[in-house]
Amino acid sequence: MMLSKGLKRKREEEEEEKEALAVDAWWLDPSHPAVAQAPPAVASSSLFDLSVLKLRHSLRQSEPDLRHLVLVVNTLRRIQASMAPAAALPPVPSPPAAPGVADPLLASSDAALSASMASLLEDLSHIEGLSQAPQPLADEGPPGRPTGGAPPGLGALDLLGPATGCLLDDGLEGLFEDIDTSMYDSELWAPASEGLKPGPEGGPGKEEAPELDEAELDYLMDVLVGTQALERPPGLGR
Amino acid sequence: MGEDTDTRKINHSFLRDHSYVTEADIISTVEFNHTGELLATGDKGGRVVIFQREPESKNAPHSQGEYDVYSTFQSHEPEFDYLKSLEIEEKINKIKWLPQQNAAHSLLSTNDKTIKLWKITERDKRPEGYNLKDEEGKLKDLSTVTSLQVPVLKPMDLMVEVSPRRVFANGHTYHINSISVNSDCETYMSADDLRINLWHLAITDRSFNIVDIKPANMEDLTEVITASEFHPHHCNLFVYSSSKGSLRLCDMRAAALCDKHSKLFEEPEDPSNRSFFSEIISSVSDVKFSHSGRYMLTRDYLTVKVWDLNMEARPVETYQVHDYLRSKLCSLYENDCIFDKFECAWNGSDSVIMTGAYNNFFRMFDRNTKRDVTLEASRESSKPRAVLKPRRVCVGGKRRRDDISVDSLDFTKKILHTAWHPAENIIAIAATNNLYIFQDKVNSEMH
Repeated sequence: MMLSKGLKRKREEEEEEKEALAVDAWWLDPSHPAVAQAPPAVASSSLFDLSVLKLRHSLRQSEPDLRHLVLVVNTLRRIQASMAPAAALPPVPSPPAAPGVADPLLASSDAALSASMASLLEDLSHIEGLSQAPQPLADEGPPGRPTGGAPPGLGALDLLGPATGCLLDDGLEGLFEDIDTSMYDSELWAPASEGLKPGPEGGPGKEEAPELDEAELDYLMDVLVGTQALERPPGLGR
Repeated sequence: MGEDTDTRKINHSFLRDHSYVTEADIISTVEFNHTGELLATGDKGGRVVIFQREPESKNAPHSQGEYDVYSTFQSHEPEFDYLKSLEIEEKINKIKWLPQQNAAHSLLSTNDKTIKLWKITERDKRPEGYNLKDEEGKLKDLSTVTSLQVPVLKPMDLMVEVSPRRVFANGHTYHINSISVNSDCETYMSADDLRINLWHLAITDRSFNIVDIKPANMEDLTEVITASEFHPHHCNLFVYSSSKGSLRLCDMRAAALCDKHSKLFEEPEDPSNRSFFSEIISSVSDVKFSHSGRYMLTRDYLTVKVWDLNMEARPVETYQVHDYLRSKLCSLYENDCIFDKFECAWNGSDSVIMTGAYNNFFRMFDRNTKRDVTLEASRESSKPRAVLKPRRVCVGGKRRRDDISVDSLDFTKKILHTAWHPAENIIAIAATNNLYIFQDKVNSEMH
């Protein structure tokens, strides 16, 4: 049975991520020009990195805080748009926030990032799609309690131990017929034993553009590790 | 911030002090009932504690109207959703009292997924003198019973009994952030990030979805519902706020699904204050109708705003809660404080509004005099029966002796939950795991 990620795990991962950031916290300095709240002419790339980290962290929660997620994604889009306004791609609907520095390196990496953000949210959609199935919301007031307090799959997962009578009569196939198991295939919700995924999501579960996943994963990994030279404006550096 | 702030004379008493901090004791919601006689708190451990105001006694004038513990019960337990392999937190997100209709009190309490209706009754009499049972409840030997007696009610020590009357489950896929009882006293609504449901208080196996902002593609999700409330007088009107800082007033008479708002309240972004964090700080964390029903109060990260229901273009009043944080938004984003959700409250006459801040500070704004005050809820700075001293945060420049500098603010001490007595100047402030109740003993002119 899958184990939930839970709060405990979240704290451990948070420690790792905070360590990665603690090394260089120059952008925390309030007097730093990149941090001052001037009109966002040029985005701090570390702010971008921070936002990506927050997004990953948020998505790795067993049940993401949607408000936090949405706000981080929107902020990330603003930052992204201001970093490379020329590369406004379909998955990022918001128009460029301000004229920024056109950077060819950023433009090309944006494609991968936009795609990765789009697919991150799409994964969320798959998960949410699953959660819809066993919990019909009373849109037009359907009669009766839909699930009687527990999803129908509970009997199956609860193990076919105690004789549940009619549930087993249909055979094992019948039990799983109405359960969408795409959740179990998605790496986003991978059990703890599979270890930390370096990218925001990824793995063999996605049908759409698996090769794109590899590129995203590698790119994000490199960005975070720092080997990828994301072009930084002069004067701001690690 | 005012040098000439009103020095309100406030006496206060301490209740529910814990000498140790445990996660489960963190207070997550505070709510007075409609008369102010009862005050309910919910905490992270799923417990509800109800306080009752002692009647004023001529004999002990100093202890007039203090709140004592009335009842404690476990409202929600942690649950495990087997299908999604998720733990459902038992933390009480909101408590709302039902208007009292008989001797019993009722309240709704909710965690992320399930709303429960609790009935609170008192028992102060006990029947004695049964014919078939003795005092311990054991059956009597019938041969010893020679005559019939009528059991009589004898007084006993007051016992407060709490029982769950309804459980409204399986109505929400996402996390419930607010509940609101309708003025018709028959229905209530519950809102999660993407949907709002309407329930009948007596029916638990179904609810009506009245707002649904879930996009067909979750990829297109850019906005969530953050709070909602029914109008205090018009049972067909309700408002909900969003993470983008907008308010939508909806009329349930217009359509079954109120996705199309009747009114949209939104203030255009101030171009001079624009930053990457503009949207985050504009996200509305709480919305409250005034008692009169004419205004709405909203709280976003840096301000509280008063909106006139008749004017959608902008708020009629804006008050800065802690504008000195505007230059620190990046740090506050990094440590996630920028996502903190503060609540706000009206006083009984809608003339003063209150909200919490950091460092255990809370702020009050008088709408008539335009004066504001910063006060602190902490053991160190408050002794019983003492007068609360106004605090000041200095941002450089002239610094007075007791001022706190912005950099020494404690961001772990947040006052997220506050409540104001419906009629009197009594406020309840939740500071992490401590509850402070402040009473105004002097008839101040701030009514």
